Amino acid sequence: MSEVRGGAAQPTLVVEGLKTHFFTEAGVVKSVDGVDLSVSRGEILGLVGESGSGKSVTGFSILGLIDQPGRIVGGSVRLNGEELTTASPKRLRSLRGDRIAMIFQDPMMTLNPVLKIETQMVETLQAHIKIGHAEARSRARDALGRVGIPSPEERLDAYPHQFSGGMRQRVAIAIALLHGPDLIIADEPTTALDVTIQAQILSEVQTLCRETGTALIWITHDLAIISGLADRVAVMYAGKIVETGAISEVVATPRHPYTFGLIGSVPSRNKRGQRLTQIPGMTPSFLSLPSGCAFAPRCPNADAKCLEMPELSPCPSAAHRVRCFHPMPEGAEA
Amino acid sequence: MGYVINRLFQGLMVIAVMAVLVFIGVYAIGNPVDMLISPEADQAEITATIARMGLDKPLWEQFLAFLNGALHGDLGTSFIYNEPAVRLILDRFPATLELALAAVLMAVVVGIPLGVIAGLKPNGIAGRSIMTISILGFSLPTFWVGMMLMMIFAVNLGWLPSTGRGQTGSLFGIEWSFLTGDGLAHLLLPAVNLALFKTSLVIRLARAGTREVISQDYIKFARAKGLSEPRVILVHLMKNMMIPVVTVLGLEFGSVVAFAVVTETVFAWPGIGKLLISSIVHLDRPVIVAYLMLTVMLFVTINFIVDLIYAALDPRVRRKESA
Repeated sequence: MSEVRGGAAQPTLVVEGLKTHFFTEAGVVKSVDGVDLSVSRGEILGLVGESGSGKSVTGFSILGLIDQPGRIVGGSVRLNGEELTTASPKRLRSLRGDRIAMIFQDPMMTLNPVLKIETQMVETLQAHIKIGHAEARSRARDALGRVGIPSPEERLDAYPHQFSGGMRQRVAIAIALLHGPDLIIADEPTTALDVTIQAQILSEVQTLCRETGTALIWITHDLAIISGLADRVAVMYAGKIVETGAISEVVATPRHPYTFGLIGSVPSRNKRGQRLTQIPGMTPSFLSLPSGCAFAPRCPNADAKCLEMPELSPCPSAAHRVRCFHPMPEGAEA
Repeated sequence: MGYVINRLFQGLMVIAVMAVLVFIGVYAIGNPVDMLISPEADQAEITATIARMGLDKPLWEQFLAFLNGALHGDLGTSFIYNEPAVRLILDRFPATLELALAAVLMAVVVGIPLGVIAGLKPNGIAGRSIMTISILGFSLPTFWVGMMLMMIFAVNLGWLPSTGRGQTGSLFGIEWSFLTGDGLAHLLLPAVNLALFKTSLVIRLARAGTREVISQDYIKFARAKGLSEPRVILVHLMKNMMIPVVTVLGLEFGSVVAFAVVTETVFAWPGIGKLLISSIVHLDRPVIVAYLMLTVMLFVTINFIVDLIYAALDPRVRRKESA
């Protein structure tokens, strides 16, 4: 069930039926439970969901960086056709940082506080290619310049605490771009930054991806952020994708009641003076998920049928799919 | 540079305050004259001795005299040996120093790798066994372990000598045991005895540090960059994990030098610990004061060095102090 559009070339990344479970003492936490995704060259996919919906775990599963007691228990992750879930640790290491890069949420925590920026960049280069120190340093300097860091030559000798949050995130992005990866997974990279810096970084990352043809998965809890950025969006709820499609279509005519609620809860200019709608209840605990649709307890449309798990099915076209027995009618006012 | 000067000044202040405390503390207890003069001596003899030792003057005058001497490197003359107290201590200092260095070196070389392993795999068999053994290291009393070591390796197996420093070699005009094979053999058992507790401590510190650092985002980011596991552990983890370990190790080194008394007594190791005990028994004030002052200076010096290493490990410390 890959999402190749219009018979285009093979997508950069195809994730099918991915299941990542955590085996805790309290029980099995099915953080990711059958996720399908695909993203092509130069394409930006938004992966949206609230905290604990499994979106970050999806990102780390693709990289093969799931910590104990977590484990990928099923499904497949293919990068340029190569299966990653069964790849050797050595092969995964050689792909990480080279073909797949990741940008983390909190720039204050992602750079090692006791190592110079130069060290952290040069080691990334030397982990994947044979390169002398002087040449690696000059490539690192160019990379810093590319993400808009002023006087990169001097900044190479600085330590992370000498940078602001926004600048640190730029350094992290520069590190991610060092090897011109095929895929970047950005896990809420602007959440910890202030709004003006957010906008700058968003548009810069977008430009860089378009120029280099890098596929990008942008993980966020904020639909508004990616509506101007992404090509397509996948909405996650309790470890499953509940709606996916072109960003313009999903934002304009959300069909899953959860997406519908998410969009309705965002302040906008046309709804001035009205109360914002909110989704009742809270994200369910992974230890006590209902057997059917996980959103049913909070859903206005739920009925007895929702005790079974709906499939992700076309609504109305194959490009826009929804996991719901009772999708919102087209044109419903959010 | 400002950082270094600041630390030096703080160190000097500590020494000055300690000089007052140590002097008053030691001179306020006991009466050494009772110990030194034969019971048959008459009053005139007693008065003469007291005057000779300067004990008839008021406390503040004695203190000024002591301070004046101290600034000239003279911390008084031993009542018992009739030798300068500083000389007495420095003669025995190398023996204690090499014992302490050997013990701390063992603690680092054995403790840090074991601690990191235990921190990386806290639930594995290796991790659990390491922690169990470290509890033993903590709880067995030093003197008992010393005697057991001596029983097993010196008495029963006869592999190693039991007491003394053995043959010594000369370096910088000082006699050291570690320069000869025989001396090394003599050094081994007391060093192991002294290292046992320190090793357990280092294991626990290294384990706690590893557990804390391993869950940080920058470790995950280092892995996401495709770095090899040795590079992630040896550089990214170790450099952060070592900061608390270095601090504690510095202080521990000081305490090993200053208080190796038990081990030195068990193995008849002629170090300063044994000298201190006999000086306390005989109320040899100048030696006790000199010993305490040298210990204070030792700790100040070690702390200073620890601060320097700390700054070398953690760039954030450097900036905060110079700003």
